[in-house]
Amino acid sequence: MSRDGIRDKVAIVGVGCCRFGENWDQSPSDMIVDAAYEAYADAGIEDPQKQIDAVFTGSLYSQAGPHECADALKLFDKPVSMVSNYCATGTDAFRYGVMSLAAGMYDRVLVVGYDKPKDRGVSGPSVMMDGVRDLPKTPAGWFSLCAATYFEKYGAGREDLARIAVKNHHNGTLAPKSFLKREITVEDVLNARMISWPFGLYDCAAQTDGAAAVVITRSDLARHHRDDPVLVKAVTIRSGPNPQKDPGNDFLSWKPNGWAARDVYQQAGIADPRREIGVAQVHDCFSLTELLAYEDLGFCEKGSAKEHIAAGTFELGGDLPVNTDGGLKTFGHPTGATGVRMIYENTLQLQGRAGERQVANPKLALSHNLGGHPTACGIAISVSLNARSRTRSSPSRTTSAVTPPPAGSRSSGATERAAVLSEPALRLNDRSGCPEPREGLIYRGIGPPGGPPLFQEGVSIRDFRSRV
Amino acid sequence: MVGIASYGAYIPRHRLPLSAVGGRAAREGGPEKAVAWNDEDSVTMAVSAAVNCLRGLDRKCVDALYFASTSYAFREKQAAALVARALDLRRDLRCADFAGSLRAGTTALRAASDAVAAGSARCVLVVASDCRMGAPSSGLELRLGDGAAAFLVSDADVIAELDAAHALSDEIVDLWRGDGDAFVHSWEDRFVLQEGYVPRIVEAVQSLLEKSGTHVGDYAKVALYGPDQRSLATVARKLGVAADSLCDPLFGRLGNAGAAFAPLLLAAALEGAKPGEKLLVANYGDGADALAFTTTEKLLKLEPRRGVSWHLERRHPVANYDHYLKARGLQTAEWEAPAAPGLSATIHFRDRDNDISFIGQKCNACGAVQFPVQRVCESCFAKDDFEPYRLSDRDGRLVTYTFDYFFPTPEPPTVVGIVEIDGARVHMQLVNCPPEETKTGLPLEFEFRRIHQVGGRPNYYWKAAPRSSD
Repeated sequence: MSRDGIRDKVAIVGVGCCRFGENWDQSPSDMIVDAAYEAYADAGIEDPQKQIDAVFTGSLYSQAGPHECADALKLFDKPVSMVSNYCATGTDAFRYGVMSLAAGMYDRVLVVGYDKPKDRGVSGPSVMMDGVRDLPKTPAGWFSLCAATYFEKYGAGREDLARIAVKNHHNGTLAPKSFLKREITVEDVLNARMISWPFGLYDCAAQTDGAAAVVITRSDLARHHRDDPVLVKAVTIRSGPNPQKDPGNDFLSWKPNGWAARDVYQQAGIADPRREIGVAQVHDCFSLTELLAYEDLGFCEKGSAKEHIAAGTFELGGDLPVNTDGGLKTFGHPTGATGVRMIYENTLQLQGRAGERQVANPKLALSHNLGGHPTACGIAISVSLNARSRTRSSPSRTTSAVTPPPAGSRSSGATERAAVLSEPALRLNDRSGCPEPREGLIYRGIGPPGGPPLFQEGVSIRDFRSRV
Repeated sequence: MVGIASYGAYIPRHRLPLSAVGGRAAREGGPEKAVAWNDEDSVTMAVSAAVNCLRGLDRKCVDALYFASTSYAFREKQAAALVARALDLRRDLRCADFAGSLRAGTTALRAASDAVAAGSARCVLVVASDCRMGAPSSGLELRLGDGAAAFLVSDADVIAELDAAHALSDEIVDLWRGDGDAFVHSWEDRFVLQEGYVPRIVEAVQSLLEKSGTHVGDYAKVALYGPDQRSLATVARKLGVAADSLCDPLFGRLGNAGAAFAPLLLAAALEGAKPGEKLLVANYGDGADALAFTTTEKLLKLEPRRGVSWHLERRHPVANYDHYLKARGLQTAEWEAPAAPGLSATIHFRDRDNDISFIGQKCNACGAVQFPVQRVCESCFAKDDFEPYRLSDRDGRLVTYTFDYFFPTPEPPTVVGIVEIDGARVHMQLVNCPPEETKTGLPLEFEFRRIHQVGGRPNYYWKAAPRSSD
C-alpha cells in the first residue's frame, strides 16, 4: 500500500458553510446553495457549471440521493455521487473527492456534506426499534459504554467530561455559524438531566441542520484559485469490529481511532502529533468521545486526558487546540455536513481567517470522525491539512466573506488581515531565535522584543488581549 | 408409574401493594400481588418457570410441550412453539396450547399424564402461565396476580405419582373475557360462588375421593383454587379439610394467578412435601378438576428448585400506581407506539435460533464462542466451521454498562451493558438490577423477556439479570 500516495497532490481552494441550526425555513437545497456558493466565491469560481468537474456529496438522512445536490446547484452532465458512511460521511465524501483528483480524473471537484435531521419531528436521535438485539439503540447508549470502564481504570469522572463541554461551548460563542452560543459552567453540565449515564444533556452534541462545501483541485492548479491553498497531506478511513461484540474490546478506547491515526500520521510523515499538529477538529458527539479521541489519536498518553483537560491543553490558548469552533457540541451534528464543516474550520485556521477563535500559527490541522454505533462499521477518519505560502496571499482574496470581522473591532477585517498576512506574518512564521513556540501563548504574538504583543496571526489586538 | 418428575415456578418480582391501587399512597407491609412488568407476559413467565423446572435435566428428553393459559398475545399463532424455541427443545416436539379456561393448567397436566401412561411420550413439559387484568381500580384488579408453574410429567424419576384424577364440565357464564376484551368480567359474585365455584369444586373433590377410595384426611396437603379467602374457607369446610393440611392460597402475596394459580399451589405443596405424602389439588373453571398425588423417595434426590417460596422472597415493590399502569399499557405513555407493520417476519424467522433460543456458536478451529451466528470467525477468521452453542443457561459477566433514560420503560433508567458469556460479547438490557448495584464484573444469568411491541406484535429476546443464589 502506498503510504504517501495522496500527499500534496490535492489542495483545498475554497470553503463554505451555512449557518448550522434548527433551520426550519430552509430546505436541504437552500443550505447546499448557501454552502456551495460561499465555497465558489472563496475559490474564485465564477462559472461553476463549467468549472466544477465532479461532485461528491455526503448525507445520511437524504431520501433524495445525489440528485438533491446536483439539482440544487444545477450541476448537470457531471459525475455526482453520494457517500453514506455513518458519522464519517462528510469526511469520507471529501476522501473520495481527493482520490479522484489524485487519480487525475478531474481538475476541480466540489464536496458537499449536508443533512436535515430537524425535519423528522424529534429533538434528538430517536430510540431505534428495528430489531430485538442491542437495545436501547441510541447513540448516547453506545458511546457511554466506555465510561464505566474508563472511569474505573483511570479515575476520571463526569467533571472531566463536563470541562470538555464547557470548552466547546466557549469556542462555539466565537464561531459565527455555530448553533449554540452560550457559555456554560461545569455545574450546568453536572446538573442537567441525564440522557444515558454518564452523559447529561450538555455532554451530548446538539441536533441541527447544516451544509458545508469545499472546492478542491489538483495542487498544480491551486494557484489559479488562491495564493494560500491548503494541501491535503493524508486521508484515511479504517473500519473496526463491532465494539459491542468484539471480544478483545477493553472499552477504554475505540479501536478504529488508533488505526486511522496511525495510518494518517504515516501518510503525512507525522512523528509527534501533539507537537506537529497545530489545530484539530475531532469527533465530539459526546464529551467522552472527544476525551477518548485525545488519547486514541496520540495527543496525550492513554489515561492522561483528565490532567490535560485540567491544564487546558486542548483549549483555544492551549498546546493543541481542539474543536476550535465548538465542534459537534455547538454546531450540532447534521451527519453528512459535520466532516466537511471540520475541514472548513481547519482551512480557516490554517489560512489565519478564523477570527476571534484563531489559533496562533497552526501549520498542520487534523480532522477526525468516528462513525457507526460505533459498531461493525466503526469508522475513524483523519484528514491532515497544511497551509502553504500564506505569506504570499493577496488581501483581496483572503478577505472574501468567509469570516466576518469580530464584532466591535475598530478596523475592517480586510485591514487586519492584510497586516497579519503580509510582513508581520513573515516574521511570525520565522521562529529562528524564538523559544519553542508551543510553550505559551505569549510567544505567538508579534511585537517589539520585551514589549507586549501587538498582533497574533489573524486576530486583532483586542481579540488577543481578551484571550490572554 | 406416571407422575411429576420435576417442577419449577416463576413469579414476577414486581409486587403491587393493594393499598396503592387507584393511585393512593402505598403502605408498607400490607397485602400485595405479583404483577408481570412491561417486559413480561404469559410466554416469558412460562419460559422462566420451565427453565427452573428443567434445571439439571437434559432438555432433549422432552417429547411434548403443553402451554396452558388464558392470556397470550396472539389469537392465531401458537405459544407452545415459541416457548419451546426459547427453551431450545427438540424440533420433533409435540406442542399444544391449552387455553380458554382457568382449568387449562390442570387439564394439560392430565393430558400429559395420559400421553405418558399411553406410552406415546416419555416426558411432557406442562407450563401453566397467566397474566390477566382486572379493570383499573376494580375489585378484580385487587384480586388477580400473575405467575407461572411448570411440571415435567414422566414415567421415570417421578417425585409425585398421579394416583387419581377427576374432571367435570359445566356451562356457566361466571367469569369471562370476550373477543378483544382487555379485562376480566364477572357476573354477580354471589351467583358465581353459589352456582359455580363452591358446588363444582366440592363435587370434583368428592368424586375423586370416592373414585380413589380415599378420605380427605388421608391428604397431607390440599391445594384448592379459590377466588377469595372466604369462599375458599367455605369449600374447605364443606370438604372437611383440616386447617393444617390446607395449602396457603397466597392471597395478599401472589394474587389469583388464573390458569397458573392451582398449578402454583401444587408446586408450593411439592416444595414442602416429604416422601410418601398424599397431595390433593383442585381447580375450577367451566367445571372443576381434582388430582391426587403421592410423593416418592425421588423427591429427596431432586436438586433444589426455584419454586414458589424462592420467588416470593424476591420482591420489587411497585412504588407508584402510575408505573403499574404504564407497565400494563393502561395509561397513555409519553412515547408513541412504533408504527406497523412491525419487525420483518423473515428476519425473525432467520434469527430465531439466535434471538429466541439465544444460541450462539463455537468455532471448531479456535474454540472462540461468539454471538450472533456469523459465517466468518471473529477470532481466527475460519469460515463456516462452527457448532451451535446455547448461551441462555450459561453464566455471564458484566463488562461495562450505562443507564439509558430514553428507552421507553415505566421505571427509567434502563440498565444496558456488554455481557461476556464464555468469551462471547453481547449487548443486552439488564433486569432486576438497580443502578446502585450495577458494577463491572457483576455475575449474570439470563431471562427471556419481551423486548418491545411493534406493529401490534410483541417481540422477545433475552435479558441479563444479576445471578441469584438458589
